[in-house]
Amino acid sequence: MKTFSYHSPKDVKEASKLASSSSMFLAGGMTSIPSMKLGMATYKDVIDLKKIKKLSGIKVSSKTVTIGATTKHAEVAASKDVQKAIPALAKLAGNIGDAQVRNRGTIGGSISNNDPSACYPSACMALNAVIHTNERKIEANKFFKGMFETALKKGEIVEAVEFQIPEKADYQKHPNPASRYAIVGVFVAKHKDEVNVAVTGAKSCVYIDKDLSKKLSSDFSSSAIEGIELDDSEMNSDMHASAEYRANLVSLYAKKAVEAC
Amino acid sequence: MASLVGSRVERKEDKKFLTGKGRYTADINIANQTYAIFVRSPHARAQIKKVDTSKALKSSGVVSVLTGKEIAEDKIGGLIAGWAIRSEDGSEMKVPNNPPLANEFANFVGEPIAVVFAESLDEAKAAAEKVEVDYKVLKAVVDPAKAMDSEPIHKDVDKNLCYDWLLGDRKAVDEAFAKADKIIKVDLINNRLVPNAMEPRACVVDYNTATEEITLYTTSQNPHLSRLVMSAFGNVAPENKLRVVAPDVGGGFGSKINVYNEEIVCSWASKKIERPIKWVAERTESFLTDTHGRDHVTHAELAVTKDGKFLGFKNETIANLGAYARVFGTVTPTYLFGPCATGVYVIPAAYSNVKAVYTNTAPVDAYRGAGRPEATYTIERLVEKAAMELGIDKTEIRMKNFPSQFPFKQTLVHTVDSGDYVAGLEKAKQMADYAGFEARRKKSEANGKLRGIGVSSYFEACGIAPSAAVMSLGCGVGLWESAEVRFNPTGQISVFTGSHSHGQSHDTTFAQIAADELGVPMENIDVVHGDTDKSTFGMGTYGSRSLTVGGIAIVNACKKIIAKGKRVAAKMLEVSPDEIEFKDGEFVALKSNKKKTIGEIAFACYVPGQRDEMKSPIPEGDEPGLIESAFYDPPNFSFPAGSHICEVEIDPDTGNVKVEKYTAVDDFGRIVNPNIVEGQVHGGLAQGIGQALYENTQYDETGQLMTASYMDYTMPRADNFPEFNLGFTCTHATSNPLGVKGCGEAGAIASPPTVMNAVIDALGGQEITMPATAEKVWKACKAMKKSNAKAA
Repeated sequence: MKTFSYHSPKDVKEASKLASSSSMFLAGGMTSIPSMKLGMATYKDVIDLKKIKKLSGIKVSSKTVTIGATTKHAEVAASKDVQKAIPALAKLAGNIGDAQVRNRGTIGGSISNNDPSACYPSACMALNAVIHTNERKIEANKFFKGMFETALKKGEIVEAVEFQIPEKADYQKHPNPASRYAIVGVFVAKHKDEVNVAVTGAKSCVYIDKDLSKKLSSDFSSSAIEGIELDDSEMNSDMHASAEYRANLVSLYAKKAVEAC
Repeated sequence: MASLVGSRVERKEDKKFLTGKGRYTADINIANQTYAIFVRSPHARAQIKKVDTSKALKSSGVVSVLTGKEIAEDKIGGLIAGWAIRSEDGSEMKVPNNPPLANEFANFVGEPIAVVFAESLDEAKAAAEKVEVDYKVLKAVVDPAKAMDSEPIHKDVDKNLCYDWLLGDRKAVDEAFAKADKIIKVDLINNRLVPNAMEPRACVVDYNTATEEITLYTTSQNPHLSRLVMSAFGNVAPENKLRVVAPDVGGGFGSKINVYNEEIVCSWASKKIERPIKWVAERTESFLTDTHGRDHVTHAELAVTKDGKFLGFKNETIANLGAYARVFGTVTPTYLFGPCATGVYVIPAAYSNVKAVYTNTAPVDAYRGAGRPEATYTIERLVEKAAMELGIDKTEIRMKNFPSQFPFKQTLVHTVDSGDYVAGLEKAKQMADYAGFEARRKKSEANGKLRGIGVSSYFEACGIAPSAAVMSLGCGVGLWESAEVRFNPTGQISVFTGSHSHGQSHDTTFAQIAADELGVPMENIDVVHGDTDKSTFGMGTYGSRSLTVGGIAIVNACKKIIAKGKRVAAKMLEVSPDEIEFKDGEFVALKSNKKKTIGEIAFACYVPGQRDEMKSPIPEGDEPGLIESAFYDPPNFSFPAGSHICEVEIDPDTGNVKVEKYTAVDDFGRIVNPNIVEGQVHGGLAQGIGQALYENTQYDETGQLMTASYMDYTMPRADNFPEFNLGFTCTHATSNPLGVKGCGEAGAIASPPTVMNAVIDALGGQEITMPATAEKVWKACKAMKKSNAKAA
């Protein structure tokens, strides 16, 4: 790892001010630290957000669940409030990586990194999340722009993620046996007026499968999507799984998720 | 006194390791040490046109930068192949030069080209990036199956072929096959594995300018062998000026047998720069440069009669050696493979043909089981397929071909001294509830799942011996062990051994056997190993040899202690030595029933006299002190055996394979410590099931390692396994006085075919290659659905 200056600001304003073209915001560090150790990323300044108290914590209202950016996956998984309001979200958090990752990794870090096989982005998309930053509020479908790419600007910091509480939801994941990231993860959320099927792992960025969402919006049952063959032309094909296999998993896990709702 | 051998004594090592008090190589720091970083080839095959170190030398904190040129000038020898294998046509194997720092050509990604020594690790890393190497990239040879048709990667190695080896009789096999009712054929790939020891390799070198002694702390399974190789072949220092210490070592599995480039380079350089040196591998370096395991492409055939009798066996195998031939690299696919390829069966005619090829990949060497897993996979896939094709129960066909008596003279090499294969398989069937399988299969089917059962019966040849035999087959050294048993005057005992423990729990096992021999509590015994200045000579720990070779040396040294103790006791008790009996730690004069404890005898040996009377307890012709040593060279290998049964359940929608039940019944002869043996079986099973279902080392066509981290290389984890159901049968080995057989590798030998046989059974006989990943299995399930639909 190359040497860098470490900063631990007390508030978001100070953190934002420290940002430059060669800085990095550090939350749990589950991706950034290995990247730095492997020499794949180097920074002049590392700005640690963990000491900013305001960024951590869970708030539940009648319509939304709001999770602070530096809240750890294990805290979300163990939260009685989240388990009651959106059990699928607690389940998702409880199956990320392994125990070590869940006790360091954060929701803000996960969505800001936008790994194409991370779990949280699918929940954001399916649950119509609003991403609160120090500058604005961004709707999830405008936040995730592409592989490891988000709408965040330099110096912009995710403060919290506000999820809409659905009527029903479930998350199903086919983990990569090595990394335990999602080869495919499917988040199905049934809201009052619509059903969202968000898919991670299958393409270069999380997306809403419109076909599946539409079919389930008019008939929320697994039989509505039974035997559906998805277009795999844009799906990832790598040494872990072919596009054909991923397509099979998306429809399969969408079905399983509906059945589990 | 109750025997300690056979009891579940708590491990002496537990406190040290569980409380973080182990001392590994990376924990060692020498004042004024420099830090080494190796510059490694990013190309699988390239000509090194120029290495420019000028910028690196000017970099902050740099002490020295050395390259292949300097190491060649100092006449430091290359890495060696430990076994010379001869081809079928009588020609000797072809071995390329393997310099510690590549000078002319780089032959795999990660091969060291140069080394930087600096005052800090960061400075060494920064400087290493400034070493400029001018490469001419050449087309890499990666696929072993195509290596013989590719451009030769080494000078003087035609067709990239190291040897074309044959064991057995082609004519007899042809005749047997001509008589067969049916020929069973398989095409197999034994997937390449990265050993993945928990502790990465490391070395710390301290050169004393006054005594000119080099002390090398290193992650080795065999410190004496390392010293011998570095001295005799590496020309690093004479043996008396080279001390090799392998302190606590966190796993080896064969990957820490070799003397590696880094150890040779740092030892040589420490003397050159007159500074201590520390090098610790990063995990990526482990993936790239630790010797890998397996990597065979095999076609094999079994000739059978219609009622399931085996008539003949043959295999044609291509074994990938990687870029260079290393210590056990050439013997693993030959004498550790071929002789075991006929398995636990009476097969009148057999041959094993192996072509070993060089490719631009990391060197392949021994990995837990070394050759025997590949052999067992070959024969056990054939046997299972024969059962399926002939419609005979898979356990019945095995029973039908087991030997009826022991010693069992096998077709190719081995005479197995003892065993009872029928008892093992019967016990496994009973423990696995083999009879109840069909009901469980139906239950799975009702839930939309596919259930399969697989069996494998194995034997293995470990504790390679005797030295004269192995050297006649091409081994460069003898494979004995030695021990010293040293009493202190006040009665505690140090047991020195040439074996090395890197997870095997020798401190406990060896103390148990010595305590039984000497009749003392095991708390009084400390086992000393891992330091060429302290421990006795030995060839090290691999091939399940430590108890059957090193352990017996300890027993024999103890017997010499007792013999001397009898002579001393006889003099003290004023009887003749043959009137003394030794029992439970006491020397008893049979007629008078007068006694001396072994502690009293030890004291008398060191304090040989008394006040007012000129009288020595030491008999004439004996010396004071109580220290004895022994070398042991066994008359034969030891031959553990057993039968394993696995049940898997497959989800046809995802292809996920779940190991539902795993039963292992093993015959390890007499068991010294059941806890430790069960631990060994568990570890071996985890690695074997890992090979069958998860682990796979993949290079792309340019020779880049694609699975170079745990993000991409699947190591199995605890949640991938059921609770293992272990049983033991016990026929004592006749080749050693304890009756013990090796146990370290059996789990990794038996389990890949057991699991694959179960997967293939669930898939209705469809062949599938290891590892049986979810996608491969899903595709097979789809094909099965299609063919079932067609049939319907």
